[in-house]
Amino acid sequence: MTGPARLVDLRPGERALIRDLAGEVPLVQRLLEMGLTEDEEVEVVRFAPLGDPVEIQIRGYFLSLRKQEAAAILVEKI
Amino acid sequence: MPGQSAVRTRRIALAGNPNTGKTTVFNMLTGFRARTGNYAGVTVERKAGGLKGAPEDQPVEIVDLPGTYSLSARSADEMVAADVLLGLREDEERPDLVLIVADASNLERNLFLATQVMECGVPCVLLLNMMDVAKENRLAIDATGLSDRLRVPVFPIVAAKGEGLDAVRDYLVRGSFEEAHSALVEFPEVFENAVTDLLRTIRESDCPETFARPFLARRALLETDGIAGKRLLDCGGEAVSTALSQSRKAIEESGQRIVSLEARVRYGFIKQALRDVVERPEERVETLSDRIDRILIHRVWGTLVFVTLMIIVFQAIYSWSAPFMDVIDGVFGFLGGRLAAVVSEGPLQSFLVDGVIAGVGGVVIFLPQILCLFLFISLLEDCGYMARAAFLMDRLLSRVGLSGRSFIPMLSSFACAIPGVMATRTIEDRRDRFTTMLIAPLMSCSARLPVYTLLIGAFIPERKVVGFIGLQGLTLFAMYLVGVVVAIPVALILKKTFFKGSTPALILELPPYRRPGIKVVIWRLWERAGAFLKRAGTIIFAVSIIVWAAAYYPRSASVREEIEQEYLFELAEAGPDELPAVEERMEREIEGAYLRQSILGRMGHVVEPLVRPLGWDWKIGMATIASFPAREVIVATLGIIYDVGSDADEESPDLREKLQNARHPDGTPVFTIPVALSIMVFFALCAQCAATLAVIKRETNSWRWPFFSFAYMTLLAWIGALLVYQISAAILS
Ligand SMILES: Nc1nc2c(ncn2[C@@H]2O[C@H](COP(=O)(O)OP(=O)(O)O)[C@@H](O)[C@H]2O)c(=O)[nH]1
Repeated sequence: MTGPARLVDLRPGERALIRDLAGEVPLVQRLLEMGLTEDEEVEVVRFAPLGDPVEIQIRGYFLSLRKQEAAAILVEKI
Repeated sequence: MPGQSAVRTRRIALAGNPNTGKTTVFNMLTGFRARTGNYAGVTVERKAGGLKGAPEDQPVEIVDLPGTYSLSARSADEMVAADVLLGLREDEERPDLVLIVADASNLERNLFLATQVMECGVPCVLLLNMMDVAKENRLAIDATGLSDRLRVPVFPIVAAKGEGLDAVRDYLVRGSFEEAHSALVEFPEVFENAVTDLLRTIRESDCPETFARPFLARRALLETDGIAGKRLLDCGGEAVSTALSQSRKAIEESGQRIVSLEARVRYGFIKQALRDVVERPEERVETLSDRIDRILIHRVWGTLVFVTLMIIVFQAIYSWSAPFMDVIDGVFGFLGGRLAAVVSEGPLQSFLVDGVIAGVGGVVIFLPQILCLFLFISLLEDCGYMARAAFLMDRLLSRVGLSGRSFIPMLSSFACAIPGVMATRTIEDRRDRFTTMLIAPLMSCSARLPVYTLLIGAFIPERKVVGFIGLQGLTLFAMYLVGVVVAIPVALILKKTFFKGSTPALILELPPYRRPGIKVVIWRLWERAGAFLKRAGTIIFAVSIIVWAAAYYPRSASVREEIEQEYLFELAEAGPDELPAVEERMEREIEGAYLRQSILGRMGHVVEPLVRPLGWDWKIGMATIASFPAREVIVATLGIIYDVGSDADEESPDLREKLQNARHPDGTPVFTIPVALSIMVFFALCAQCAATLAVIKRETNSWRWPFFSFAYMTLLAWIGALLVYQISAAILS
């Protein structure tokens, strides 16, 4: 599949490359600092039992984000 | 320098991401000896200790900085860390050396902060902690190679087992630190030029000499809302502000986006630096932590484990600490009894027994619950489960504008709001933290239980409603529910008014599960208990003394004489068997009479118009005022006022009967079901707990919030009691 998707649309176990971060500057900067930079690989690990937040794996560690934030992360599935 | 003391304490700061074992390293190096204080003007704790094993003539002080992911600080904690490292704090000298603690099993992300710190112009050392975990994950790390690439000394360690720390200690004691390097990561030329330009402007501005440093200029350019920029603008004014935006514009025009510049370049550098230095297994190893998580955050099992765990925690706080509380109660009762026997009756005796002993006892009695709760919190935090609890509960709490991080403080508050308020420290966002702190006391804590038990036992009929559920149990449940239900709109309103702002993002690391270090856990318990006793204790103690005095004075001898006169005949008539009983009755009546005309008793009369609509008489009003130090005091006070004898407790059938028999002057009963309900609702919602208010003061570092808590909760309690009384009176009549 090609074209950008939102990280939040991935299913658990799917991986993707980060393409862009949309959203407000402080949030984007925070995500970047945590290692969500362009071309980096992420994996959606699971969603919380209540559907939100989502757990992802990035640079070998685990991070949880709200769906709202995950929607600001544009990715390309691999 | 002549005149200055020959011994200069070397100062070493510990920096690193959260959860990398910083506390463990600190404790190992200082031998579990820390002095804690506060940084001026903020509620951030400053923790420092002397290096164990340093020669006496070369003392070394280690300061533990708050954990942070980046120097572009956002929370108060992070700002302190950044300020100290950048040398911008007046109350903290710049350290001579920074020990950077990094998690070896998660190096890429850890090196982001690490390389930032290495560029601050202070000599640095990198401690690669968690080498055992790295090994388990089959990561091969070449520490020497890494040291070459980063140009700082690197020490692989396992802090939890103390491995490798002797080498660190030797290095610190030797004290010949490497030179600091100014720029490690190479940025694009246009950026370097911008730094030079900005530096020139800073030099010409009103900023102090110390601000004209390359690393400050770099940070100011890179961080959109960072602390370095803020500090520069504060002193440099217009000129620096213009230069800053011009430099930024130049960078943007060259096609570099400022927002992503640092992350892109820095992570690029880190990837390069780690190439061939860290060998990863071909396939990612599934760790034990992954497997545990598959159960613990599973839809069904995860929720089940979570609920079970929370019930255990709650139950533990509630019942495991009960025997200890009884012991403490007993000890203070015994002490009071001994003192009463030694000191002759009078103001001094009453002051010591009812004021001092009861006051200190009222503080210490909370200790078992606090220790019990913090034991669980420490364990859950250190093993990594706390982040999972936040992950599981975030959805629910985000509905009221909070986040998953507020869950534990709220749950704790059902046992006792004091540890609950103290537990809000783990919430990064200030607005979230304050909101949580202000609604936490609405949860029904264990101190309300005596009030509920007494009134329900005395006035709510023992009747089954449906099946095995009785009316009494249902009422108790309703009281617990009241607080939760009320907390929801309060949180929403607080988040819309005082703590306005968009819901902060939840960017929460889920660290791997680890076995908690028992020594660290116990040490943390000790530290928190001490903080509670010292800070909250003094205030509660003072308040208890004031209330005691208000209930004791004035005390004119005529009161006693009058009642003794009344009893003269009866005492003379009484046979030898009856005499003690009659005397006791007389003494109680005297106590009651004294109380009625004490300052407190008069205050009861003053507030009477206010509490009338709640169905209360002045005595209940007065008992409520007297219970300001702690809610459960009302039980004892009601006992005194209704002449039962001051050792009444909620179980005493005597007190129940007395309340049932209490009559207004016109002969109608004082306590009816609506009155009982109204008192219970009032106590469910009010802030009658000096200890909680004292802790809020301590945690917010301002008197404003405890006053606010008290005011809003009292108002809510009054309205709630009014509604319940008026409605239930209308229905039942
Ligand atoms: N396996 C392992 N665990 C460690 C090591 N150092 C610390 N820990 C554990 O990691 C957890 C977090 O440590 P702590 O010192 O509280 O981290 P801080 O948040 O950075 O202060 C605790 O459970 C420690 O026992 C280590 O070298 N190896």
